[in-house]
Formats: sequence, structure tokens, C-alpha cells
Amino acid sequence: MRSRYIPLLMTFVVFVALYLIAYSRFSSFGSMRVVGNLLRDNAYWGIAAIGMTFVIISGGIDLSVGSVIAFTGVFCALMIGRNGWDPLATFAVILTIGTLFGATMGFFIHYFKIPAFIVTLSGLFLARGMAYVLSTDSIRIDHPFYKQISDLVYVFPDRGRFTFAAGMFLLILIVGIFLAHFTRFGRNVYALGGNSDAALLLGVPVGRTTILVYALSSFLTVLAGIVLSLSKQSGDSTIAVGLELDVIAAVVIGGTLLTGGVGYVIGTFIAVMTLGTIQTYLTLDGSLTPWWIKIVIGILLFSFVALQKLLSSRKRVQSAKEQLATAPLPS
Amino acid sequence: MELESKDAYSGQDAGQKSRNGGFRITRPKGGDSRALWTLVALLVILLSGRLISPNFFEIRMVNDRLVGSLINILDSSAPYVLLAVGMTLVIAVKGIDLSVGAVMAICAAAAVVLIRNYENGATAFYFQPGFVILITIVIGAVCGLFNGVLVAFLDLQPIIATLILMVAGRGVAQLITGGQSPTFTNDAFAFIGRGVVFGIPFPILIAVAVLIAAIILVRRTALGLLIESVGVNDRASYYAGIQARMIKLSVYMLSGMCAAIAGMIVAGEVKSADPHKAGLFFELDAILAVVIGGTALTGGRFYLAMSALGVLIIQSLLVGLYVSSLHPTTNLVVKAFVVLAVLLIQSPEFRRFITKPFRRTS
Repeated sequence: MRSRYIPLLMTFVVFVALYLIAYSRFSSFGSMRVVGNLLRDNAYWGIAAIGMTFVIISGGIDLSVGSVIAFTGVFCALMIGRNGWDPLATFAVILTIGTLFGATMGFFIHYFKIPAFIVTLSGLFLARGMAYVLSTDSIRIDHPFYKQISDLVYVFPDRGRFTFAAGMFLLILIVGIFLAHFTRFGRNVYALGGNSDAALLLGVPVGRTTILVYALSSFLTVLAGIVLSLSKQSGDSTIAVGLELDVIAAVVIGGTLLTGGVGYVIGTFIAVMTLGTIQTYLTLDGSLTPWWIKIVIGILLFSFVALQKLLSSRKRVQSAKEQLATAPLPS
Repeated sequence: MELESKDAYSGQDAGQKSRNGGFRITRPKGGDSRALWTLVALLVILLSGRLISPNFFEIRMVNDRLVGSLINILDSSAPYVLLAVGMTLVIAVKGIDLSVGAVMAICAAAAVVLIRNYENGATAFYFQPGFVILITIVIGAVCGLFNGVLVAFLDLQPIIATLILMVAGRGVAQLITGGQSPTFTNDAFAFIGRGVVFGIPFPILIAVAVLIAAIILVRRTALGLLIESVGVNDRASYYAGIQARMIKLSVYMLSGMCAAIAGMIVAGEVKSADPHKAGLFFELDAILAVVIGGTALTGGRFYLAMSALGVLIIQSLLVGLYVSSLHPTTNLVVKAFVVLAVLLIQSPEFRRFITKPFRRTS
């Protein structure tokens, strides 16, 4: 087995082990009800995490995720709930705004050489600020289209529900895997993250790829916001504060290296489901206090990066290791 | 002697090479033009504040305490300056410390829990306010030690290593307080956050003292040179006989201790510790201040006083917005645009991009 698959395998093993532990304690983990809810509840940030995977593989980082989700939610609620816009038209508008927003961040990062961390941090302030400007209240959305979407479920024999959000999550997962591994764009992203100078010399359009990566991330984040808006049927400018950290944690737990060039979309999916399983377990088990989830995520994060370090230090290719050891912060 | 160009070997950010024109052996007297731009930005923001509110520059004495917008700026800057001092040194060794906000929460929680014991009649010496301050700083140092070991000895990427404590730290803080936001009444301990000395709020004095101490420590000893050396190339520094790992470890510990003091200031101000909110997003503003101050995230040369200036820019903006008639909801938007504008005028690529039409082609 190739060593680069080992982190992915470990992520999968941990997920299965945790799920079995949860199943042994609560037999409902064997039902489609829990599986359906797991997919539904984690769909929105899972979609954002898939976008983040691309950014991190390209050697960058996107801190604006949580704010963009909040902005999307407020925008949709304001336009559909208050101004009576058509939902599909609203979605088209907000997806365009989001994509341009991401592309602009990518433009600043590539052409003005401002670190991605700082540019997307400004993006975080801007998106959250715009959400506050639009509305500081929680706005309900009462639209027949939202009802239709929430009725759009496949009900399993044990009354487990496969919802629209879950379907969207799986669809984006498949599209993400396809984009990453079977398109020229995907190869460019990997090349950029591996070594941007070498990528440039090999003819990879570095500027265009950087812009596209951030545009894709913001597009998926807006989509995540729409999915959340559809399931919550309301918009609130204070939601998803700090979500980007959970998203980054999930991407790293999923086996993607923050130095770029290595990572798997499917790993991110498994990591999201792992964290979701822990959350569900803690909710079902009332005795464990909520702060334990943060500590558990921290421990998981530590175990995975330590494992990756162990594996990468045993790599046969010494030069690759030195590349990792001396690589700068994602910028 | 120091080598300016880190680009020569890393090649990752070749675009920055032109900034100072390759290698430079001696430190320029006045810093580079970046310092000027940063100062201009601060003056523009302060003057805008003066335009908005005619008594922006006014400082009065009320109840033996100086009051005024400028004092507010300094007062609210104090915890950020402390964080920025630690953060600058961490960034100088090519690191980053995302955990300082969480460490503030942990330290605030621990300090308040200890002080409450003292108030409830616990007589053990370590519940005395003086010892509580000492213990809290040690706790901060231990948090920094944790980060430092992960970064320096396990060679984890700093952003991930400190993300661990950033995520888990708030959980730990909640664990310490039992999920509550405990309050206290002890004035001796609250002095650190709300005390006044000769009319000046005590946090300002702490921040200035720590800043000056740090500058003396790194500029009057070889430490600053060693830190820059490790930041430019840790391996080469190691081969040159510098204990690169110990340098890294100690700056993370220093950052943790700064966060501990900042945490106590914040706890002292409100006489309570909120594990959810204490220090929330402080790390982002601290990093922003360091970058605005001209210290590159790629490590190497660092500027402590300029980082403090970066803090002042952000806080002047916030206080300016506060006195303006703008609705508070627009604060973040204005902040985003101003920060972006400051970063853009500092970017040589952007300046070239803007001046391109006005230059003769040679």
C-alpha cells in the first residue's frame, strides 16, 4: 500500500471505530434515522469543508467560511422573506456574488502578494460586517419553495429521512472528487500546492488557478449557506461564528496537509462524518458536557497531525521531507 | 549582520524579493518605507476621528483618571499590544500562534476560579492575589510550552499545532469554570484590569512596560538576532550553532505568558471570566496588527514597536467608529476596507500596479 493513503485509511479506521463505539452504546446508530440525520446536520459545513479542501491542497487557507455562510443566510432571508424575490433567482445572485468575492480574494493573494491568511481574514470581517449591515435580526423565510424543498425527502422503512441537504452534500462530494482527481483544474491545484514555482515552470496557470480555487471555495461556501438557509428556513447574521476553524480541523483530520499538495476530498467527508458522530453521541449521552467535544476535537486533531508527521518522516524521498520541513506558512 | 532575503532559498514568495532589493547587510536607519506608510495610515485615521468628533484629541482629568478618546484607544489597545509582542516574536521564527485567544480564556478562567477561593475564605498562600497572578502567568507559559513542543520538537506546522489549543482551549476554560462565567469582587486583583496609576489606566502601563522590556531584551542582547536567524532559516541557524528549537520553544512560551497577562487584564476589567467570549478573536486582531506593522508571515525580520503601532491603527479605527454617528453594524465593513487599504498601500506589487500608467517605460 502506498504510504500516502495511510492517513486516509487511518481517518477511515477512526471513523468506523468511533461509529462502532457509538453503536455499542446506542443501538439507534444502526438505524437509517441516525445516518440520515448525520448527513443532514453536517451537510452545510461539510460542503464548505470540501471547498476548503481545494484551498488547502493549493497551499492556501480560507478564513472567511463562517462569515460567508452567515451573509448568505441573511441575504436569502432578506430577499426571499422580506422582499419577495424568487428563491432560485436569489440563489443565482448570491452564488454570483460569492464567486466574485472569492475570485477577488484570490486576485489579491496572487497579484498583490498579500498572505492568504490576511486577505481571507479581511474577507471574514467584510462578509460578517455585510451580514450585520443587512440585518441584525433573525428573519424567518416563509415561502412555498422552501416547503417544497423540505418535503423533498426519501423516507426509509425505519422512518429514517434522506433529505435534500443530505443529497446535496453527497452530490457535491462526488463533484469534488471528480474535480480534484479527473480534471486539469484539479491537477493544477495539486501542482500549485506541491511547489508553486515548479508549477509555474511547468506551465500551470498559477494566477488563474489561485483565483479559481478561492472562487470555488466561496461558491461552495455560499451553497453551504443556501443549504443551511433551506433547512433552518431563516437567516441570522450571528450564526456560524468560528465555523472556519471546525472546517479547517476537519480538512486536516481528513488527511490533507496544510503545506499543500497532498489531500483527498473523500478524507474531508469522512472527517466531517467523524466529528458529526462525536457530536451526535454527545447529544444522545446527556451526561457528557458540551465542552468535551472541543477537547475531543483537539485531541483528534493532535493525533492525526502527529500520525501524519510520523508517516512523512519515514518517507523514502528525503527531498520531499525537507520540502515539508522548510515550507513556509500557507500564503 | 543579517541576511535580508529569505527568498533566495525558499523561492516560494519570489515576488517579495524586489521589496528591498535583494541582500542587505546592515539594518537601515529608518526602517523601510513600510514604516512610513503605517504611520501615515495611523495619522489619517486619527485625523478622521478629529474631523468626526471635534473633541477627539481632548484629554481631561475626571476623578483622578484621564479620560478621552485617545486614552480609550490606549486602554483598549493594552491587551492587544501584549498579544502582539508575543505574536511578533512567534511570527519572526516563521510561526503563528492561533491559540492566544483561547489561552487568555484559560488563564482568565483559572485566575478567577482561584480568586473566588480566596474570597470564600481559603487561606492557602497560593490563593493570595499576588500568587494568583504568578500562577496564571505560569499557566500561560505551560500553554505556550505545549505549543512550542509541538512546533519545535515534533515539527508540526505552527498553524495546526496552535489550532489544537485554539479549539481545545475554550473547552478547557469551560472545564475550569464548569461552564459558568464566574465573577469576583476582589479589588486587589481587579486592579490589573481597572486600576489607575497617576491618572493612567494600569493596563496601559503594563503594556508599555512589557513592550519596552521585550524591545530591550531582543535589541540589547543577541536574542533578536538569533530569532531573526531562526526565522530566516532554522536549519542553517542550527548548523551555525544556534539552538533553533530552544529559541522557538521560548518564543511560544513568551507568547503564552503575554496571553496570560492579557487574559487577566480582560478578566480584571469586567471582574469575571467568560470562557466563551474572553479573548474571542483576539488572535486574529493580534496577527493583523503584526502584519500591518510590517513583520512578514514568512518569518525573519520583525518589528515590535511597529506591531504596537498596528494595534493602535486597529483600535483607533474602532474608537473612531464608536464616536462617529455611523451605525455600529457597519463597524466590521469599515474595518475590513481600512485593513485592506492599509495592506494594499504597503504591498509593493499594488503600488507598482497603481503607478504603472504614470511611469515612463524604459
